[in-house]
Amino acid sequence: MSLLKYESQLREPLVDGEKTYHQVTEDIIRPIEAKPSRLWYVGFYISVALLMFGVYSIYREVTYGIGQWNLNKTIGWGWDITNFVWWVGIGHAGTLISAILLLFRQGWRTGVNRAAEAMTIFAVMCAGQFPIWHMGRVWMAFFVLPYPNTRGPLWVNFNSPLLWDVFAISTYFTVSLLFWYSGLIPDMATIRDRAKTKTRKLLYGIASFGWSGSTKHWQRHESLSLVLAGLSTPLVLSVHTIVSFDFATSVIPGWHTTIFPPYFVAGAIFSGFAMVQTLMIVLRKVFYLNDYITLGHIEAMNKVIVLTGSIVGIAYLTELFVAWYGQNPYEWWAFSQNRVNINSPYGWSYWLMMFCNVVSPQVFWSRKLRRNIPFTFFMSIIVNIGMWYERFVIIVTSTYRDYLPSSWSTYYSPSPYEIGFYLGTFGLFFTCFFLFAKYFPVIAVAEIKYVLKTSGENYKRKMTDIEKADAEKFYHDEVEHAH
Amino acid sequence: MAGGIKKFVVGSFDDEKVLFPAVKNARKSGYKIHDVYTPFAVHGLDHAMGLRETSLHTAGFFYAITGTTTALSGISWILAKDWPLNIGGKPHFSLPAWIPITFELTVLFSAVGMVLTFCYLCQIAPFVKKHVFSSRATDDAFVMVIECTDKTNDVEVQSFLQNAGASDVNVQTVESGWWIGTYDKEQKLYKEYEPGY
Repeated sequence: MSLLKYESQLREPLVDGEKTYHQVTEDIIRPIEAKPSRLWYVGFYISVALLMFGVYSIYREVTYGIGQWNLNKTIGWGWDITNFVWWVGIGHAGTLISAILLLFRQGWRTGVNRAAEAMTIFAVMCAGQFPIWHMGRVWMAFFVLPYPNTRGPLWVNFNSPLLWDVFAISTYFTVSLLFWYSGLIPDMATIRDRAKTKTRKLLYGIASFGWSGSTKHWQRHESLSLVLAGLSTPLVLSVHTIVSFDFATSVIPGWHTTIFPPYFVAGAIFSGFAMVQTLMIVLRKVFYLNDYITLGHIEAMNKVIVLTGSIVGIAYLTELFVAWYGQNPYEWWAFSQNRVNINSPYGWSYWLMMFCNVVSPQVFWSRKLRRNIPFTFFMSIIVNIGMWYERFVIIVTSTYRDYLPSSWSTYYSPSPYEIGFYLGTFGLFFTCFFLFAKYFPVIAVAEIKYVLKTSGENYKRKMTDIEKADAEKFYHDEVEHAH
Repeated sequence: MAGGIKKFVVGSFDDEKVLFPAVKNARKSGYKIHDVYTPFAVHGLDHAMGLRETSLHTAGFFYAITGTTTALSGISWILAKDWPLNIGGKPHFSLPAWIPITFELTVLFSAVGMVLTFCYLCQIAPFVKKHVFSSRATDDAFVMVIECTDKTNDVEVQSFLQNAGASDVNVQTVESGWWIGTYDKEQKLYKEYEPGY
């Protein structure tokens, strides 16, 4: 029988407790059918308030111009592009979980992929805001699109990394959205078929595209998911590579570095997993999903964090070494004076970054700490802060002192509207995430059912009994006869 | 709608392990399996039913080449022919700089094309309503639907499904049309030693 797959008993179950297929549906869909808790309302309204603050900050920026942000002569990119790169990076973990882990046949992705993909989409939505509003005259934003126009044959510059960004981010958003939604369709049908109220039946009926669960549809769905995963895997690597090209193809000391693409990608996965941890720990608690997002899931993600954190650490050291070994005095100045020197104006941010990204994740070599939930939550915040500072260090410490000492800027600190805009994207992100958690299944129901019989706790226990019996039979038949 | 009213015998199974031999026996006995509805992708069921492999991924490949060609031809026409600009002394035809966008468009065309093709092939879209034979099919039941032809005796099919282990068997009549789901015309006849068993 093709269904009976062997899975090692040493592996932890992916679904805890006595679950049946129906129980899985019940557990995951219940929060959608129930009224949201008071905590949900509190969180939701705080997010909306932050979002409104962001909208006001953008209103100021659009009305009075980009001078509303404290950017200056040399620091042309400040918090805005730092936040852009940070949010894009966060988005990467979702694609990594859904695509790369699908290709690598990692069963544990099923518990976290849906929420992580949603996180990707919302994070990319936040990221996209920054370059767009940074344009200043935002009503001219359509100039970045190549189309035959009446302004003379005025085309975009396809040789420019900033235009590559336009294509990379918009493609990334589109493909992630398609991947996420195509996975949602069967689960929407599950909600539709269970619906007790007319409105719910109608809305989920529309959202489920008339999905019936036909075998042929599933066959095509599997093929679609696999190819989309195959496409997303190089895509996710390309997106952050292209983002790093914004810096790496320039000649600014501290940016002009060939190590940037892999180092940015590793950093993106690192920070993205930290954000997944932050969200999952909250999600499992609020929606009672401990059986689906188990300690094993948390531990697996912590392993990814320690791996990518170490890659990032090696990248920092390599970058530093090459700056010294490359014998370019400007490059070495950027590192030795602007960054490593703790007494320099931004020296603190470099060492904060070093501590958060290189030193702190090393604690996850300890199994005890990997499986400690409050500690993991704390660490995920630390990593998120550290990765924000990484982008800040790259952007600000490379630009605040350029080749001309006369244009060296004084200490740059963001304006309230720059901070407000950043907080506003948090508002956008969490507003979207709260709505997602209320109206969409936060765990892929169909995919959990798919792994249930091989990796569910109760089924594993049964399998152990069968295996024990088999082993005894084998011993009896083979070994006894041999003697 | 052509076809008029069709009659189906619907059997719900609680376990995929019971379903597989049932599908095999149904095909062996010459019943016309309209479709099997499952709550998740049951691997091997398509083979067991004798459905052919999907060629959706081949379509994806062709969409991908379309994306590559569009990007390369578009950019080279724009930057080398329509409006050649001297950008930092680079050659007008600067292929290496175009690789990122070419790659992105390849992925974009392939992904969008495949999803649209998927929806087209499955005939699914917002506002589309398909006939639901059993609402448990998206929850925890594996629902085998056998189409009754002139020669089929539905009482016999019902008892066949019951004997095969179905927990719930009923007969449904539906006005035929594409909304009852796609029936794969290329369903092969049952052969011994097929893959999937």
